[in-house]
Amino acid sequence: MGDMNTIGVSVKRKEDYRFLTGAGNYTDDVTLPHQSYACFVRSPHAHAKIKGIKKDKALRAPGVLAIYTGEDWAAAKVGGLPCGWLITDVHGQPMKEPLHPCLAQGKANHVGDQIAVVIAETYNQARDAAELVEVDYAVLPAVVDVASALKQGAPQIHEAAPGNTCYVWALGDKGATDKAFASAAHVTKLEFINNRLVPNAIEPRAVNASYARHDESYTLYVANQNPHVERLLMTAFVLGLPEQKVRVIAPDVGGGFGSKIYLYAEDVVLTWASKRVNRPIKWTAERSESFVSDAHGRDHATTAELALDKDGKFLALRVHTKAAMGAYLSTFGSCVPTILYATLLAGQYTTPAIYAEVTAVFTNTVPVDAYRGAGRPEATYVVERLVETAAREMKIDPAEIRRRNFIKTFPYQTPVALQYDIGDYEATLAEAMKLADVAGFPARRAEAAKRGKKRGLGYSCYIEACGIAPSAVAGALGARAGLFEAGEIRVHPTGKVTVFTGSHSHGQGHETTFAQVVASRLGIPVDDVDVVHGDTGRVLFGMGTYGSRSLAVGGTAIVKALDKVVNKGKKIAAHLLEASDTDIEFKDGQFKVAGTDKAVPFGSVALTAYVPHNYPHDKLEPGLNEQAFYDPSNFTFPAGSHICEVEIDPDTGITRIVNFTAVDDFGNIVNPMIVEGQVHGGLTQGIGQALTEACVYDKESGQLLTGSYLDYCMPRADDVPSYKVGTKVTACTHNPLGVKGCGEAGAIGAPPALINAITDALGIREIEMPATPERVWRAANKKA
Amino acid sequence: MKISMSVNGKPVSAEVETRTLLVTYIRDNLRLTGTHVGCDTGQCGACTIHMNGQAVKSCNILALQAEGADILTIEGLAKADGTLHPMQEAFREHHGLQCGFCTPGMVMSAVDLVNKHPNPSEETIRAELDGNLCRCTGYHNIVKAVKAASAKM
Ligand code: FES
Ligand code: FES
Repeated sequence: MGDMNTIGVSVKRKEDYRFLTGAGNYTDDVTLPHQSYACFVRSPHAHAKIKGIKKDKALRAPGVLAIYTGEDWAAAKVGGLPCGWLITDVHGQPMKEPLHPCLAQGKANHVGDQIAVVIAETYNQARDAAELVEVDYAVLPAVVDVASALKQGAPQIHEAAPGNTCYVWALGDKGATDKAFASAAHVTKLEFINNRLVPNAIEPRAVNASYARHDESYTLYVANQNPHVERLLMTAFVLGLPEQKVRVIAPDVGGGFGSKIYLYAEDVVLTWASKRVNRPIKWTAERSESFVSDAHGRDHATTAELALDKDGKFLALRVHTKAAMGAYLSTFGSCVPTILYATLLAGQYTTPAIYAEVTAVFTNTVPVDAYRGAGRPEATYVVERLVETAAREMKIDPAEIRRRNFIKTFPYQTPVALQYDIGDYEATLAEAMKLADVAGFPARRAEAAKRGKKRGLGYSCYIEACGIAPSAVAGALGARAGLFEAGEIRVHPTGKVTVFTGSHSHGQGHETTFAQVVASRLGIPVDDVDVVHGDTGRVLFGMGTYGSRSLAVGGTAIVKALDKVVNKGKKIAAHLLEASDTDIEFKDGQFKVAGTDKAVPFGSVALTAYVPHNYPHDKLEPGLNEQAFYDPSNFTFPAGSHICEVEIDPDTGITRIVNFTAVDDFGNIVNPMIVEGQVHGGLTQGIGQALTEACVYDKESGQLLTGSYLDYCMPRADDVPSYKVGTKVTACTHNPLGVKGCGEAGAIGAPPALINAITDALGIREIEMPATPERVWRAANKKA
Repeated sequence: MKISMSVNGKPVSAEVETRTLLVTYIRDNLRLTGTHVGCDTGQCGACTIHMNGQAVKSCNILALQAEGADILTIEGLAKADGTLHPMQEAFREHHGLQCGFCTPGMVMSAVDLVNKHPNPSEETIRAELDGNLCRCTGYHNIVKAVKAASAKM
């Protein structure tokens, strides 16, 4: 039975068969009896007063069942969308939280803002009728970038947020930082734009909401990463519905990357309207709608300085960031550029003094929220661009300057609130340098130069905080939700197992990884374990999947429930074996009396639990079904070294990534194949940010210029290389699996590695992301 | 208008609005929901099917244009007994899919790619797949899968 242990084995995924044969069940695939369809009327203007809405013509169009506008919304006295994280500003005041209406209240604040919803028998009818809704706008001047929004006299977006400022927030010791700068031997200063990105999961957001009159309950199918949170926010904060009357199902979800964490207006409007029209209502975003309604990512403007002594030891880091919130606060928008950003500015280094100040700014754009990495890519970009630039300025090898500053003893308390439990940054870097053949780089560079090409090498040694987090700490920092996870192990009479988890898989392969964890512990085949997720009607509770938390937090909840199963199993086995339960040990699927060959297999214990003829009824209940909640005691801290080698054609400005190496420390690994896949995907999104992707708004009109795949350059198969990936393992010290999380690493580490490589190749200090051929060509051909 | 065609070897016919896209017909009328829609500009390839043996983006064709055609969707690729096509098997073996949303289109494109370029190089695979977006895998394992499948097809 020993071969039932599959921890560390690349078990092929259980979910693949259905996806490969077209049997996946995504939200848009769900069609209910008497299905109706919704189409949203959206603002074509970035900023405009709504003087009036005429819907009579549209109401008379064929198939139309109902049309609702902001007026109906206000009349029904339902609330706005809540923000899940309260940030307290430098003066101790709460952040400004202007109303985030589900249907615009007299004013549109970004292109794509929802003005009205049309519900009809077919989607085409809803769409045709939406064209007939006449909205009378008075266009207002718009502001789309953070710097302009903060200027005197800038258009004001919300009365409740003077100066378009949501908050000014700070972290770290300003006095100590300023003092260290005053005595520094060298200061490196850079200004960055961390470019706005559109997450672009390939499955567009979709909702199918219905109401059942017989028990006054609602069912909401939605492409979402955390259905229980969605339900809680919607029932308690917006619609005031009884939580127990709402079932949220997030079936197969086609990628999320953060963008499907949030409670969106469409979800709420359809749920609300489903009772009014008494029909199930489906809405699926067209891609052009996704571009103007899915929460975007990044969009920071930062000035950052690093102070060093004469040997290249870091003395202090000072960072000023302006972060866009977009037109409204999205569910977790406020915590991304603060709690998930400034706390990571120590990176892998012993920098003793750090001070960060963040101004969160409203702009007439789609709201900004967490996108793969969320705050940590922005922090890593700041630190790793500064470090590499400082090394070049001080003529110290960039790997050497990192080694001189690495944290070497753990636990390590950073000056920005976090305490790292474990890591081995030197070993990780050394492994990456070996895999990337850094030693052979000078020869490759010389060879490329002979062909008229410019080669460059760039490093990035990132850290991230994952597995968020202790609820008590998060609560003290302003979180309005808990951050634990829940799991349930249901052992069936036949010894087969169903696992219910509050984590949600939208590509991560939990149905396999979690099954491996359970099967290995119980000594049963992986195929005997099914994992259920994404349904508030079946799963006890859950906080969902984001921040690379599923295995570290959700997996641990499962392990805790497993422990309870095994403990109860021991008692049943003790009874069957006529031994004391303290003498029973469980190994390889057998309950054994220690030191004897008396044993009973797991399957028999399961059967006995449900057919309790011979059973210790005086001590135990029948059945074998256990639940657990787990609230972590700390974040986990995955870290790694990424090395990028590029070759640039100075005649065309085209950058070719000739080698990308990533060595990551994710702690223990359950399924290496799945982990590698996560790294590949993350790297490609990071490369996308650095090389191809930019979300661009027109400064005058506030129109989104990159509103389709024609204009927004998603990385394609021929834009990226095959990767070299490796791992180093230091097991996480505070969860029983020793795991840290791997979902975001690639997106965090890749951008600075790539930009460091390009600036190295061209011998320049800075280049803006994305480093498009035009930008690279201009940099390569600039007259000195 | 009335249309008739063969889908996965079965004759089908229906009355549709003239503006109905082939993908809408496949998904909504035939309830073959394995073919996905990821964009509205013909750029993502999630809707790729085979029409008369060629990979096409079914969001770029009206159902009317498929009159009389032989259509193969992802649901028709495996054998009737459930045995996967070598391309499907290779995607599974090499972890060429994560969320699965791009996968049907990716697999249909990949089959066509190997039909046209037996034993393709990595460069050819990457170039030929550039009409299919995947946001999850970073393409690395898709390329590996296509290469492996090409040896078995
Ligand atoms: S849906 Fe057909 S190409 Fe995107
Ligand atoms: S597997 Fe998710 S988009 Fe390709």
